[in-house]
Amino acid sequence: MSLSTHDLSVGYHDKAIVKQVNLSIPDGKFIALLGPNGCGKSTLLKAIARILTPLSGQVHWHGENLHKIPSNQLAKSLALLPQTQPIPEGIKVFDLIAYGRSPYTGFWGRLNTEDKRIIDRVMQETEVTELADQLVSELSGGQRQRVWLAMTLAQDTPYLLLDEPTTYMDLSHQVELMHLLRKLNQQGKTIITVLHDINQAARYCDHLIVMKEGEIITQGSPDSVLTRDMLKTVFSLNAQIHQDPIAKTPMCVVE
Amino acid sequence: MKPMALSFLLFLMVLVLVAMSLSFGAVSLSLNEIISGFSPSSEFYFTIHEYRLPRTLLAVLVGGMMALSGALVQGVIRNPLASPDILGVSHGAGLAAVVLMTLFPHVSVYWLPWAALCGGLCAALLLWLLCGSHSSAIKLAITGIAMATLYSSVVDFLMLTRPLEINNALLWLTGSLWGRGWDQVAMILPWLSLVPVAFWLAKRMNLVQLGDDVATSLGVSIPVTRLFVLAISVGMTAACVSICGPIGFLGLVAPHLARRLVGGRHQILLPCAIVVGMTLLLLADLVARTIDPPIELPAGLMTAILGAPYFLWLLLRTK
Repeated sequence: MSLSTHDLSVGYHDKAIVKQVNLSIPDGKFIALLGPNGCGKSTLLKAIARILTPLSGQVHWHGENLHKIPSNQLAKSLALLPQTQPIPEGIKVFDLIAYGRSPYTGFWGRLNTEDKRIIDRVMQETEVTELADQLVSELSGGQRQRVWLAMTLAQDTPYLLLDEPTTYMDLSHQVELMHLLRKLNQQGKTIITVLHDINQAARYCDHLIVMKEGEIITQGSPDSVLTRDMLKTVFSLNAQIHQDPIAKTPMCVVE
Repeated sequence: MKPMALSFLLFLMVLVLVAMSLSFGAVSLSLNEIISGFSPSSEFYFTIHEYRLPRTLLAVLVGGMMALSGALVQGVIRNPLASPDILGVSHGAGLAAVVLMTLFPHVSVYWLPWAALCGGLCAALLLWLLCGSHSSAIKLAITGIAMATLYSSVVDFLMLTRPLEINNALLWLTGSLWGRGWDQVAMILPWLSLVPVAFWLAKRMNLVQLGDDVATSLGVSIPVTRLFVLAISVGMTAACVSICGPIGFLGLVAPHLARRLVGGRHQILLPCAIVVGMTLLLLADLVARTIDPPIELPAGLMTAILGAPYFLWLLLRTK
């Protein structure tokens, strides 16, 4: 386990939103963080991405306190795509994606052939190659989301943290994104993503972590996590669990 | 047009404006007369070497530095409508200058730039003490504007209660290159050492545009970068204002024009903003002193006349 939390409490203005969480992130998995609004899943993600400093407890990275490791060193290992991004003025798609190479470039940000090769690859993976010369500010919401994802992928890290990456996408782009993430996971990336759609998580991810009120309620494979009882306790929903006829993964149907 | 070609074109424009600035004025000089004016034996030596040359140099240096500090502040506050003015630096410098002129009228004018410099730097320090290094960009901006308003109301009070000094104070507060010479050039030169530091921060400035979370995830420390960038910007603004007075809208308009010309990558935006700033101030000063010679209008008036409508237009088209 490269990433783990130990009695981790995180929050804003001394008010803990994540409370005393002990969690080991299994390496090489495609992990979904689930839970109702305000349960602390984004906050936990941000603490793991070192955006937020813990109120108490620690995040460990290969046994070291993550928040004590120099930030530019971690930038080659952990990449984060937040839920919302600003719209940078006068920046072209290619340049934005190239910024993802910053941890590897020198002080002037000059790209070498390796950098360019990786940028090309991630642009193809996210299908934004033809947008390269457009301004980020002129893209649609879904296009912009894919460009930001490409920027995060250009960072070329073994760990990828995503906060509701499907939010602004239409259904077909959502499906494409989940396929892409699964492919990247199979190539060796550990992916941790906050998701709202439980069925989407159960279908594509192989490890689910369910949170409620700042605590971890349960975690494990979709089959073990997605139960009638869990949906009742965590989401206050009466739902049935069926098998997805195509993927054979569990699927909840609200009564 | 390619950004590089465009920047080169702007650079040529600066050279042309420098030549025009040396040539035009109360008396117009030909190119030959300008060149001969560099040797002490020439009859134009005083006009060129002692009067127009330092003034033109100052327009180049101050225009470039004010535009650069504007680009830095806009980048780090992440708002294209921001400028060094929102940090209260120029108003702080103005207050210090007006205090000296109205309350201590017998002190030599030699001390005026030093007082203004101290005022500007103190205003920035006060803002930093009030906000701390971890506050959000928007809190910094709003606090800075509030402080600036406070300073300018004290300035108004001082001028209204001491009407004898009002003319000098007003002239200084409009910002002008009138009567500036080699002494002032010498005062501004040391601050040029901050320019390479600004370029060194260009890559980080790019990442700051991506938001605090992404920038952090890419390995950039937001508080450290913000502190560095604002400190450089404050230093350059205070230096410029202490020499020429607060030249209105230059730090706002020049970087914004540059961003429209070459985009938002700071490696190209910063040099372009510098050249645009030089162009604008050279042009403003040239127009201000050739419009009705020998009467001179302050260059700050010209930049404000051009800058204010541009600013308004910007605001109107901002969604």
